[in-house]
Amino acid sequence: MLLPTAYLVVRVLDEGVSAWEDITSVAARQAVVRTVALATTVTAASVALGVSLGWLTARTDLPLRRMWTVLLALPLAVPSYVGAYTFVAAFGPRGMLQDVLSPLGVATLPEIYGFRGAWLVLTLFTFPYVLLPVRAALHMMDRSFEEAARGLGASRAEAFWRVTLPQLRPAIAAGGVLVALYTLSDFGAVSILRFDSLSRVIYIRYTSFDRGSAAAFALVLVALSLVVVIGESMLRGKARYHATTRHAAAPVVRLGAWKWPAFAFCTSVVIISLVVPLSVIAYWLARAATDDSASWLTREAAWNSVYASGLAALVAVAASLPIALMAVRYPGALASVAEKAAYTGYALPGITIALALVFFAANYAPSLYQTMPLLIFAYTVRFLPQALGSSRTALLQVNPNTEDAARGLGRSRATVFRRVTLPQIVPGLTSGALLVFLTVMKELPVTLLVSPIGFDTLATRVWSATSEGFFARAALPALLLVALSSIPLLVSVLREERA
Amino acid sequence: MCGRAFLLACAALVSTLALAACSDDDGGPSITLYSGRNEALVQPIIDQFTADTGIEVEVRYGDTTELAGVLLEEGDNSPADLFFAQDAGALGAVSDEGQLMTLPQPVLDLVPAKFRADNGQWVGLSGRSRVVVYNNTAELTDADLPDNIDAFTDPSWDGRIGWVPTNASFQSFVTAYRLLEGEEAARAWLEGIQDNNPTVYPNNGAAVEGTANGEVDVAFVNHYYLFQFLAEQGEDFSARNHFLSGGDVGALVNVAGAGILESSDHKEDAQALIEYLLSKVGQEYFANKTYEYPLTAGISVTEGLPPLESLEPPEVDLSNLDDLAGTIALLQETGVLQ
Repeated sequence: MLLPTAYLVVRVLDEGVSAWEDITSVAARQAVVRTVALATTVTAASVALGVSLGWLTARTDLPLRRMWTVLLALPLAVPSYVGAYTFVAAFGPRGMLQDVLSPLGVATLPEIYGFRGAWLVLTLFTFPYVLLPVRAALHMMDRSFEEAARGLGASRAEAFWRVTLPQLRPAIAAGGVLVALYTLSDFGAVSILRFDSLSRVIYIRYTSFDRGSAAAFALVLVALSLVVVIGESMLRGKARYHATTRHAAAPVVRLGAWKWPAFAFCTSVVIISLVVPLSVIAYWLARAATDDSASWLTREAAWNSVYASGLAALVAVAASLPIALMAVRYPGALASVAEKAAYTGYALPGITIALALVFFAANYAPSLYQTMPLLIFAYTVRFLPQALGSSRTALLQVNPNTEDAARGLGRSRATVFRRVTLPQIVPGLTSGALLVFLTVMKELPVTLLVSPIGFDTLATRVWSATSEGFFARAALPALLLVALSSIPLLVSVLREERA
Repeated sequence: MCGRAFLLACAALVSTLALAACSDDDGGPSITLYSGRNEALVQPIIDQFTADTGIEVEVRYGDTTELAGVLLEEGDNSPADLFFAQDAGALGAVSDEGQLMTLPQPVLDLVPAKFRADNGQWVGLSGRSRVVVYNNTAELTDADLPDNIDAFTDPSWDGRIGWVPTNASFQSFVTAYRLLEGEEAARAWLEGIQDNNPTVYPNNGAAVEGTANGEVDVAFVNHYYLFQFLAEQGEDFSARNHFLSGGDVGALVNVAGAGILESSDHKEDAQALIEYLLSKVGQEYFANKTYEYPLTAGISVTEGLPPLESLEPPEVDLSNLDDLAGTIALLQETGVLQ
C-alpha cells in the first residue's frame, strides 16, 4: 500500500530542494486552498444529500419509495468524467439547455466551469458513497433506542438528532471519507470543468516531464489524505454500536404535508444526476451513424471491464479483511498505521499510482509487468479503502460476545471466524466488493498505462473516443458502462430492501 | 455456507491469476508500439501494415506525454520497441534520456531535414500546422482576420479567444515563440492574451466545437480538427481554418513522429513500420484519413487544405522545441497555467 508513497519520496529526493520551493510557492498554496475548499464542500453536500435521502428512502412513507431507493444509488454508476462531459453539453454555454431557453429570452446561464461546476458534478456523482452506508446502517440499527427516546418525551426531530444521527456517525464518516478522498484524486471532472485542483496541477507537471515536482505535489495530496483519514477516525470516535437484538418492522415515519416536497426533492436529484447524463448520452447515440458507433464497442471490452472489476473487487475485499480485523479487534498503533496507509493511495490521481507501479514493476518485477495480476494489484492499491470502510463497518456490527461464546465452546480461531464472524459480515463485504467493482469499471489512467497490452475496457473505449472529440462514438460504450454497473447495484439495493 | 463459497471464490481467483501470469504469445514477428496518437486515427494503417508484412503490432494507446512518462519510468526495461508521439517535444524528452537509437540515414532522408531530429533519433511521419479556427457564422470572414498571432493581443479581441494551454501542440508553439522572438516577447504575448480573458478548453476538439458553437470567435488549434468535424457533421459545421502567414510563429508546422527504443530487441521490424508509414500508402493515409500533411515528396493533401508548400511557417528547428520545462515555467509565471 505504501508503494506509491515510496515512489513519490524517491522522485522528490531525486529532485532535491527545487521540489520544496515548488510546493511552497504562492501558486501552489492557492492550489492547496482551492483543493481543500472543493473537497470540503463536496463532502458536506454529499453528506447532506446522503443522510436526507437515506432517511427518506429507509424510514418514511415517501411515495414510490422503492423506486427512489433504486434510482438514487445509480449515479454511482456514472463516471465523473462522463458526468462532466454531459453537464458541459447540457448546461454549458450554448449547450442544450441554452438552446431550449434562448427563445424564451434567457441570454446566459450560470457559469458551469470552475468551482461551481466541479462542486456540482462531483457531489452529484459521489453522494451515493454516503447514501448507501447510511441506508444500510438505518436498516441495521437497533430501533429500541429511538423508541426509548420517544417514550421519554423527545420530539421526532430531537430523537433523530440525539439518538439516530450519532448512531449513523460511523456510516457517515465511512462514506464521507470516500467522497473527500475521491474529490482530492479526481482529475477527469476537474479538467473538463476547468478547475485547477492539485490533481490537475500534478498532471500538468507530468506533461512537462517534471516528475520531481509532480511527485512533490502528490505528496501534498498524501498529506491532505492523512488529515482526512485522521479526521474521520476522530469523528467516528471510539464508540461501538452493536446490534443486540433485531427489531423487525420499524415504525414508518409519516411525512404528512412534507410528502410532496420530499417527493419533489428526490425527483430533482434523480433528474440532474441520472436523467440529464443519460439523456445527453442517448442524444449522442442518436446522432451517431449506427455502424460507426457500434464498431467502437467490442464485446471484448465489455467482458474485460466486468472481468477485471470483478477480480479486483474480490481481491480488494480479501485484502481489506485482515486490516479491518486488526483495526476492529486489536486496535493499536500498528493497526492504526496500516489502516491509514491503505487510504493514502486513494487520494492520489490515477496517473501517479500508474507511474509508481510502472517504475517498480518494470525495474524490479519485470515478469509481472503489464500482466493481469499487476493490473489487479494496482486496482487494489488504488481502491482498497472502499472495501476497507465496508469491512470495518460490518465487523463493528458483529457482537464480539458471539465470537467469545463460540471460542468458549472449544472452537479454533479459524473455525470461529469462518462459522460465526464471516456469515455475519458477508452482506457488508458484498457492499464493499460492489463499491470496488463500480469504481474499477470507471477507472481510466491505471487501466491505460498498467494493463496488459491491448487490454480494452469500456472506460478506455470512452476515453479513446472522447479524447479526439468523437462523442458519438463514446455514447455506446458509456451507456453500456452505466448499464453493466447498474446491475449489481440494483441487485444489492433490492436485496437490502427485502432483508 | 457463505464462508466456504468465499474460500472457493478466492481459490478460483488465485488460479485465474496464475494462469493469466503464464500466458504467452505464439511466436511470429511481433513488435510493441506505444502510441500517443489516437486509436481511431492510426489503428487502420497499422492493421494494413500487419496484413502487408506479417509483422504483428501490439499497441498501447495513451496520452503522448503520459506514455513518454511511462517510458522514462521503465528505462532500459521498457517492453516498447517503438514510440509514436503527437509532437517532437515528447520524443525529445525520451531522446534526452538516451533511450532512443539513431535511425539509419536512408530512413531519415525520406523527409525534409526540418521535420526530423538533428541527432537522427526520431523522424516526423506527418505534419500539422497551427491555425486560428474561427466562427464563420458571425460577421467574421477569413479576410477580416489578422495574418499574425500578435494581433490577437489587441483589446478588440477581449472575450473572443479560446485556447488550450495544457495541449502539447500549444506548448510547442509557445516554445517556438520563445525561441524565435525571445523570452520577454513570449511573456508579453501570453500576458496580452490573458488580458483578453481567453476561454480555456480542455482539448483542441472542444475548442473547435466551442468556436463553432459561438462560445468564442477564434481559437488557437491545429489544422486537422476542423476536417474531422466537417466529416462528421457536414459543411454546416460553422467553423473554418485561418492560416497565419509571413513566417509568423503562429503558423508553426510541427510533426507527429516516431523513434525506436535503444532497448528494443526488434529494431529491424520496428524500422519496417516507420518505413511503411513513410511509404506512399502510409503518407496517403495520413493525408486523407487524418487530414494531416504528408511529409514525403509527391503526395497530395486532402481537399480544402492548402498544400504544405503554400504555407508560410516560421523557420524553426523542431529539435530545439524540447525546452518544455522553460515553457511550462513561463506559462505558470504568467498565470496561464496554475
